[in-house]
Amino acid sequence: MILIIKTNKEKLHDLEFVKPIEEIVQKKFITKHYSQVKKEDLKKAEKIIICGTSLKDNKFIEDIKEFGWIKEFDKPILGICAGMQIIGLLFGGKLKKKKEIGFYRETFTKEFLGLKGEQKVYHLHNNYVSFPSEFESFAESEGIVQAVKHKNKEIYGVLFHPEVRQKNLIREFVKL
Amino acid sequence: MKLGVLFSGGKDSVYATYLAKKFGHEISCLISVVSENKESYMFHTPSIKKAERQTEVMGIPFLSQKTKGKKEIELEDLEKAIKKAIKDYRIEGVVTGAIQSVYQASRIQKICDKLNIECFNPLWQKNEEEYLSELIKNKFEIILVGVFAYPLDEKWLGKKIDKNFIKEIEKLNKKYQIHVAGEGGEFETFVLNCPLFKRGLKVMDKKILKEGENSFRMEVEVE
Repeated sequence: MILIIKTNKEKLHDLEFVKPIEEIVQKKFITKHYSQVKKEDLKKAEKIIICGTSLKDNKFIEDIKEFGWIKEFDKPILGICAGMQIIGLLFGGKLKKKKEIGFYRETFTKEFLGLKGEQKVYHLHNNYVSFPSEFESFAESEGIVQAVKHKNKEIYGVLFHPEVRQKNLIREFVKL
Repeated sequence: MKLGVLFSGGKDSVYATYLAKKFGHEISCLISVVSENKESYMFHTPSIKKAERQTEVMGIPFLSQKTKGKKEIELEDLEKAIKKAIKDYRIEGVVTGAIQSVYQASRIQKICDKLNIECFNPLWQKNEEEYLSELIKNKFEIILVGVFAYPLDEKWLGKKIDKNFIKEIEKLNKKYQIHVAGEGGEFETFVLNCPLFKRGLKVMDKKILKEGENSFRMEVEVE
């Protein structure tokens, strides 16, 4: 079972940031807001996807302590946009300001969940997180890490929204 | 939350309005940017004049803003309209009917970000077959008012989106890559009735205009 964790405060944003991911997953999943995630959910989950949220919604940053379980979780996690920022912050990264909205070209220096070379990705964020050295960067532009993986764990993060033009990245993660 | 919907009168903006209301939000106004340019980059033009009739049967205030329809001026005019909606109707967010268009969605996101309000795209990345079925299930009465891609022709104008339409358009999708929901601009729609309307609209008069080899519009008078 895949656990899909939403980070959005407004329920109407489920249709924009969560439902597209649920449609790609096509495997048994349950979806919960981060404030509702219980120990049993984490135990049952084979993998976790943490979704993004809207530009104006930064509640998840105030509530970062609610994600403390991430550091102990030993199964694959994929953080998308807000999800990637959460992972970075928990591992000691710093939150930095950078607004990117729309299509951008990013280059993957190594294969990352099936992605290679130059990709046109959809960005929707006001912030990003600098990652500590226990993470390896797979794509970077202007010093901003766009895709990372923990060196010893199966923790992945992407700053862009793969549900828009890189749906296969999510399918590859589900297959892990 | 008090929301304003970017409204064209076509299926996407009406369904986005329906979803925002269903999720408990108050629709404070419907915002239309009326482009004098029929090839507008941002806004659907053919049925926009009739959009006002729809807002009347929904009982929601209508805020319209004219634009010459030049690429970046359109965006300035859209921003003006949203600013007016914030001032006059105290909206805290904007809803759009964007499905796939990153061009459209990202420009509206930028305006909302600049004006410090929320942006909602409840149809974002929606599966097109599922979307059309949902419209039928939720009793949306929708007709085609413009066709702009071969092999669609004037015979398609006025057709209702129903189960037969879905079958036919799926065949064209396989053979000619016509997008099932018209996202590629292959066709444009007008909503005659839906659960948001206090009463349905009727087509009283229609005029078919040929605008190019594979481009036809139907101007309708509704009552």
